[in-house]
Amino acid sequence: MIWLPDSTVEHLTAVAGWPEFASDRYEVIEEIGRGGMGTVYSAFDTALGREVAIKIGNALPSTELQARLTREARVIARLEHPGIVPVHDFGVLADGRPFYVMKRLQGQTLRAFIETAAPPLAERLRIFERICEAVSFAHAHAIIHRDLKPENVMVGTFGEVMVMDWGIARTFDDRSDPGVAGTGDTAGSRPVIETNAGTVLGTPGFMAPEQSASAGQIDQRADVYALGALMFMLLTNHAPPHDSGQAIPDLDRTPTIPPPLKSICRCALSTSPSDRYHSVASLAADVARFRERQAVSVHAEGPLERTVRFIRTYQTPILLVLAYLVMRALIAIFAAV
Amino acid sequence: MPVFPPTRHSVIERLRTHGEAGRSEAFGDLVAGYWKPVYKYLRVRWRLGREEAEDATQALFAGAFENAWFDRFDPDKARFRTFVRLCVDRLVMNSQQAASRIRRGGGQQVLSIDFAGAEEELLAQTHGLPEAEDFFKREFVRALFDRAVRALRKDCLTRGREVHWQLFERYDLRADERPSYAELAAEFELTPGQVTGYLAQARRAFRMHTIAELKALCGNADEFRRESRDLLGLEIE
Repeated sequence: MIWLPDSTVEHLTAVAGWPEFASDRYEVIEEIGRGGMGTVYSAFDTALGREVAIKIGNALPSTELQARLTREARVIARLEHPGIVPVHDFGVLADGRPFYVMKRLQGQTLRAFIETAAPPLAERLRIFERICEAVSFAHAHAIIHRDLKPENVMVGTFGEVMVMDWGIARTFDDRSDPGVAGTGDTAGSRPVIETNAGTVLGTPGFMAPEQSASAGQIDQRADVYALGALMFMLLTNHAPPHDSGQAIPDLDRTPTIPPPLKSICRCALSTSPSDRYHSVASLAADVARFRERQAVSVHAEGPLERTVRFIRTYQTPILLVLAYLVMRALIAIFAAV
Repeated sequence: MPVFPPTRHSVIERLRTHGEAGRSEAFGDLVAGYWKPVYKYLRVRWRLGREEAEDATQALFAGAFENAWFDRFDPDKARFRTFVRLCVDRLVMNSQQAASRIRRGGGQQVLSIDFAGAEEELLAQTHGLPEAEDFFKREFVRALFDRAVRALRKDCLTRGREVHWQLFERYDLRADERPSYAELAAEFELTPGQVTGYLAQARRAFRMHTIAELKALCGNADEFRRESRDLLGLEIE
């Protein structure tokens, strides 16, 4: 007798729904993630003898979802950057669902990484800067991500950082390829963020206030906000509150965070886009300045803070000078005796 | 490989259009696909005793065969799966209202059904009590996979693909933690690539059998498409 317990039935249900490719090139190994738009499988590429990840549109009769997956593949293909997972192949299943094949990453999401690895501040800032580099690169290609969150950032086993899930990315430049831009959603440099169905896309807590308003218009500063939210999480170990105004008081209540980082985070999380960093590059530059113990552009230092930073920055020469002075003093004392 | 299910008419089409022999065969398929969900539904949802549930299951299918109950199925009103469940509900309510017990045998046709096996399965199920439709659906899917797995096993063993079946059994039918492909490769003295390939072929065959079984148990082509989407997440044209 073959007995199928609930867990096996659940697994077989998934197996029965696994995709059928037109060729025998890809052999599905297992499901590794499922979202509203598509499901990601690990698979074996028999032609090249390597493991890959395949994202496939969900089996729903929604042309908008299918179009979004196609657009995502094209967006990623355009963004060749070490921080953005590369696309190897694109196709359509026998049932009409589009799929794309990408590099199989070994690692964990940023959220899982923070929870399990408890990395030190320097490592958190390194990761943050890598995310900023990838997003800034996308902005240079007139593409905004619109859904940056810890689940969409992967930290690899060798420390590589990848920004994933470009499914709701949009261009903010009408010079772009219409196949990537979609239709009717660009207005010069200020795109409307509604989908065709008028649905607001994004994740509460990581979504800029102007993105939450369905009729709002957004630009790259929406991603700056989301990066501020990611930084908030990297600094506090928890996601920012859904109410955007609540994040800053939460930040102020955490005494262990260095004040310049609080200022950077506060600026990125400003409710008004005009109060935020105007670009991801300027945000990343401030983080780099903090890491190098330089003055941060959005932080007003007091005299004591400046002195402490000066001492920390020039710790070695100051110690050498002090040692020299102490020695001179001791020699003078011995000479006098 | 695209999903092209084997050409197999729905059970209702076969019941309505074939001669007596074909009708009996179609009815046999229907009983094979539905008796277990029906029996478990009677035991769990209607809280019937073991013998009562056995009698009611026998009575349902015997009555359906003799009186052509299932011929009355209208695909515009419900799925066939739901229709069968409603037939069960009606049967139980009628028998309770008449306060008459269904006598075992009683001159009715006795079907060969493994009730003891279903009892063992019921004992192994530890979940709570879901809604009637959810329960019947889940048991329907379990029975569907049960038949598809048996068909796959037979298929593999007759075609000399024992390793395919053994890998599928060791990995996909496992209830607890599954071994890694590397562990399976070591156990079966294969390469991980071979394990991936054999499993992919076995799963493809399993999928084909599942689709064929599902098609046979649905009321018509439209229902089959809806059931494929709802139960398996497959879009089949």
